[in-house]
Amino acid sequence: MGVSLTRAAQWTTTSSGTEKLEFTPMNESLLKEILSFVEQFSSQHLQEAEHVFEEPLQWNTTLVASDFKTDYDISDTGVQSHKKDGEGNALLQLSPPLIYVRSFSQLSKIVNLANEKNLEEVRVCLEENRDPLLKILGPNLANMKGEHIGTDVLCLEDKGKEKDRVKHSDVKVRLFHLLTNMDKKLINKLLEELSEQVQLDPTAVKNEIDMLKQCIERDEKVLKSIHYTSEYEFPNGCRAPLWRQAHGDMCYLVIEPYDTENLYITCSNTGVFLNGGIKQMVEESGYKQKSEVYKDLVTLLKSRFPHFAENINKQDFAVKELPSIEKSHYVESVDGNGEGEPPSISERQENNVDEKLRQKHTPIKAGGEKKYEPCPRWKNLGLMPPCGMAEKKKSSKSSVEKTSGEVQNKKFGLEAKTKMKADFSMSSLQGHVSSQKTKTPARPMPLELFSESSSESDEEEEQAERRPETNTDLPAEYWQIQKLVKYLKGGDQTATVLILCAMMDFNLMQETCQLAIRDVGGLEVLINLLDTDEVKCKIGSLKILRKISDNVQIRRTIVDIGGLQSIVKILESPHKDLKALAAETIANVARFRRARRAVRQYSGIKKLVKLLDCVPNLANLTTNQERDADVARCGALALWSCSKSTKNKEAIRKAGGIPLLGRLLKSPHENMLIPVVGTLQECASECAEDKQTRDLVCKYKGLQPLVSLLGKVNNKQLLAAATGAIWKCSISMENVAKYYWIPKRVTRSAVTLKGEAIWFQEYRALETLVGLLIDEPEEVLVNVVGALGEFAQISANKALLVNVTKAVGACATDKENMVIIDQLDGVRLVWSLLKNSSADVQSSAAWALCPCIKNAKDAGEMVRSLVGGLELIVNLLKSTNNEVLASICAAIAKIAKDKENLAVLTDHGVVPLLAKLTNTSDDRLRCHLAEAIGHCCTWGGNRTSFGDAGAVAPLVHYLKSKDSAVQQSTAMALYQLSKDPNNCITMHEKGVVKPLIQIMSSNDEMLQEAAAGCVRNIRLLATANRKARLFH
Amino acid sequence: MSTLSLWKAQRYRPVRLSLKMSAMNRKLIQTLAESISKDVEHFNKTEIECLIREFNVLMREPAAVGRTVNGLDRGKFRTILHNNFGMTDDIIMDGVFRTFDKDTDSFVNMKEWIEGLSIFLRGTLDEKIKYCFHVYDLNNDNYISREEMFHMLKNSLVRQPTDEDPDEGIKDLVEITLKKMDHDHDGRLSFADFEKAVREENLLLEAFGTCIPDTTSIEAFERNIFQEKLDQ
Repeated sequence: MGVSLTRAAQWTTTSSGTEKLEFTPMNESLLKEILSFVEQFSSQHLQEAEHVFEEPLQWNTTLVASDFKTDYDISDTGVQSHKKDGEGNALLQLSPPLIYVRSFSQLSKIVNLANEKNLEEVRVCLEENRDPLLKILGPNLANMKGEHIGTDVLCLEDKGKEKDRVKHSDVKVRLFHLLTNMDKKLINKLLEELSEQVQLDPTAVKNEIDMLKQCIERDEKVLKSIHYTSEYEFPNGCRAPLWRQAHGDMCYLVIEPYDTENLYITCSNTGVFLNGGIKQMVEESGYKQKSEVYKDLVTLLKSRFPHFAENINKQDFAVKELPSIEKSHYVESVDGNGEGEPPSISERQENNVDEKLRQKHTPIKAGGEKKYEPCPRWKNLGLMPPCGMAEKKKSSKSSVEKTSGEVQNKKFGLEAKTKMKADFSMSSLQGHVSSQKTKTPARPMPLELFSESSSESDEEEEQAERRPETNTDLPAEYWQIQKLVKYLKGGDQTATVLILCAMMDFNLMQETCQLAIRDVGGLEVLINLLDTDEVKCKIGSLKILRKISDNVQIRRTIVDIGGLQSIVKILESPHKDLKALAAETIANVARFRRARRAVRQYSGIKKLVKLLDCVPNLANLTTNQERDADVARCGALALWSCSKSTKNKEAIRKAGGIPLLGRLLKSPHENMLIPVVGTLQECASECAEDKQTRDLVCKYKGLQPLVSLLGKVNNKQLLAAATGAIWKCSISMENVAKYYWIPKRVTRSAVTLKGEAIWFQEYRALETLVGLLIDEPEEVLVNVVGALGEFAQISANKALLVNVTKAVGACATDKENMVIIDQLDGVRLVWSLLKNSSADVQSSAAWALCPCIKNAKDAGEMVRSLVGGLELIVNLLKSTNNEVLASICAAIAKIAKDKENLAVLTDHGVVPLLAKLTNTSDDRLRCHLAEAIGHCCTWGGNRTSFGDAGAVAPLVHYLKSKDSAVQQSTAMALYQLSKDPNNCITMHEKGVVKPLIQIMSSNDEMLQEAAAGCVRNIRLLATANRKARLFH
Repeated sequence: MSTLSLWKAQRYRPVRLSLKMSAMNRKLIQTLAESISKDVEHFNKTEIECLIREFNVLMREPAAVGRTVNGLDRGKFRTILHNNFGMTDDIIMDGVFRTFDKDTDSFVNMKEWIEGLSIFLRGTLDEKIKYCFHVYDLNNDNYISREEMFHMLKNSLVRQPTDEDPDEGIKDLVEITLKKMDHDHDGRLSFADFEKAVREENLLLEAFGTCIPDTTSIEAFERNIFQEKLDQ
């Protein structure tokens, strides 16, 4: 019952200082549950019910001696039960008004005796025995939190009293399990009730946001701005992605207040809370809850911003000052600074400051005592805080009247105090233990921390220190880890290794554990171990560090306490496992700038580069060589992290890293290739001596493996890195010339990628995929297209150009990619290839242009902007190569869709040239030719011109072709041409009607329509003719 | 075995004769090495010859006066462990001696010496797991019990003078270790428990005390015995 009582029940403090259970529906149902549990206990669990409590539960009862009947000795002074424990003490003792009870069977009896008053008895009992578990089971079991309990818990106890003892413990353990189960049941039940009560709906949220927006519009100095992260609103009124809606999220907001940084807020159906910074598309971690849950937006803002609170109160809209009774989710107990008393209404704002403070730098939970954050509704009880007034007054002044900067200064004064308090109780708790090692418990001072984060505009250091939400009770892990660290400080190497191994069993990727290690001073010990000579201790320490350094705050602390120096030093160890682990840890830690700089300053880059020296691609590696390869992989990982800083790129190059990286490209292992290629890309892109790096890659035959990576389409991360690196490297002419075959591979992968992109797009339409996943292939595509563009500029090799143009064409079939191609001026490049003397190049370029023109956003304008482009195209109609002619016709058909361009084409004499081609017997050409003619008809007198040039008669013959594509485009062309009467006559003469009627029976609707249209035109003409004959 | 007894006969010759007899000695040692190398992995014949010579040298050093012994006694063996491999823990050194001394005659004879060293210096993980388990199984009952762990770990934590029960930390450490390694929850470590735990986390190989030398001292020892001897 521990958890449900401490966390779910609603406690309040009376003026006399004792804590009471509130009269709330939730507490009521909690009590009822416990009551029925106790009532049934003695009948359901006979043995357990007789178990004697370690300490009696005692409380002021309303029962009197006369209430007791048989089984009890009733005297003047009180009542004693007949039943006694082993030492002859009565299991129940009443000396009014106090009652002492030592077993569940007696408890059950009391509950039965008390009749209607039984609920009251349970309430008082719980109020006066704040930790019943402790009393019932004793400190050993009560603190176990249920995980590791088994019979072996008690095994170390003396073996002398064996039998009795074992039996006794068995019962005790079973009792413990019963109680924990009960606890779980209670919590679940309460949760259910809670979730029924608390529900926000999208309309309410929307109304509130609209209201705030109006305030902003009226310029009432409430907030600077407020907006949604997504403009798209689902039919149900939510804006969160579907998969988040499943979690209850409704929408995300970015709010720009006057007095602090932007706020990122999640509105979910359970309430409103701060998130990890959802801007547009974010990684999953962004969705995590970073604050308490507030019932609505205004409450959240008011509690966070004095400025807002001050101004919003001036507003005329009704601020729901008092949350209704049911909003019981407020009862989040917060470990306090000794001032968790309920504030009065007038002090609401002041208290906000404290709250904010607490959330920013919650001091470590020191002792066992807890204070409970009051439910806001209690403020209407008008209770004044008995202590801590002075501090509050001070902060209230600053928060309301002074500028935000000053507020912060004040806050730190306050924070420092609380911290001192916390430290004090911490050290007193640890007692003698902390004196063992030289360094004091970890955490950087908040003040220093804050100044850092503001001075360093680094991606990670912006984040202020915070605790996970569960700062109410420190989790069991915390105490276990604290114990381990205590032993770690005083253990020899054998003990150290054992403890490190035990520590590895914790979930080190979990923030609770990570921060627990830091908070109990574990990081210093772990780092200290790195400076010893004990290889095993170092390995153990690094195995832990490499995991917990996944946490931003841990990374920062490691750097703060100078841990990187020790880690970097290990890179030179002769022990391979150590080197690999150290490098892996660096890869994690060096994810922010200060750390990367530190690595460089301790000449870590040089050492990391040295790790790369291995034989990556032998068929049969010896165990030793395999380990070398693993070391190299870790080294590459670390370098990858480090290479995000420009100076480090330089350092990597200077240390001779590029050739080594180039060599590693031959490795067959993807987990090696990803960091290697990643580092290469970083270095190739921004190194000062750009060209040098690129040439180095080339010299060490780095491109070849890079390109072969393109086959590995399954790994998008790798693909993105590889294509990027190829692009960067292809900026050097020599590379391209040497590896002319590259484009083939690029083409192939580009086509595959295109498929991926479409695939991803479908998912995006559903808004079910997170931004990250979508970003990746796009990045890949940009790289691919970029690389292609580079290749296209070099006209040295015909085959290369053909492939490049094909690739661009393939990419261009996707509209998104077309945007990229357009940005990179790809169309101009391809167009310029039309000037190439090779027919292959000409045709492939023309083919590539077709999808480009089709999918470009403003195709007409784009084509017009290419000076002399249209003339070039028209002139190519004079080619003798059918493939070129077909491709040019196809391109013309696309261009002619734009009327202005069609006019220009006409001026350049496209009509006679096309007409001249009509005698061809090549079906492929016929198809595109007819298409081109059809599209060119739509301008001015072109229809007549085609007729005059004798294009109609041959086209009629095309209908006899067996190729349906030819038939289709011909029918379309004939339909266009039939709008000219003379053409109709020619067609009719050539016997067009019969094949057209056959075509009408086709399944293709377009074809049917075109054929029918054509026949109609001919028929209309005939009718007109007959009418003319009749009337004239 | 016949070669071995041959060698034994030779071994008891007075030291001063050994130089004169070196030619014959060499021959004997070679035959001996030949036979031992069939049973011992990780060493080639030349290396075994070197180890035999080293053993002879160690045997020549004064033992307890007036006694003929057929191997290294506990004291001598511990001196070797201490001087060459920096071992200090008595319990562990006794354990190593017990593990070397397969026939439990309280002496490490030449064959035991070479076989032991083959694991001690160059053993595979499998061999080392067996070896370490044997070292830690103080009473040879094929289990490492709570008491044995406690015994081996009793000096591994700094005792707090303020602690009510100075052994509390050690007891706790034993429980932590059992929780980690005792997979069948019978309150003691069987070989299967130990092996499984070590395979999961290699660091646990020497869980209860260093009984395998580190790389540096192995290298030094091997260099000392193999190379210098070969140079002679």
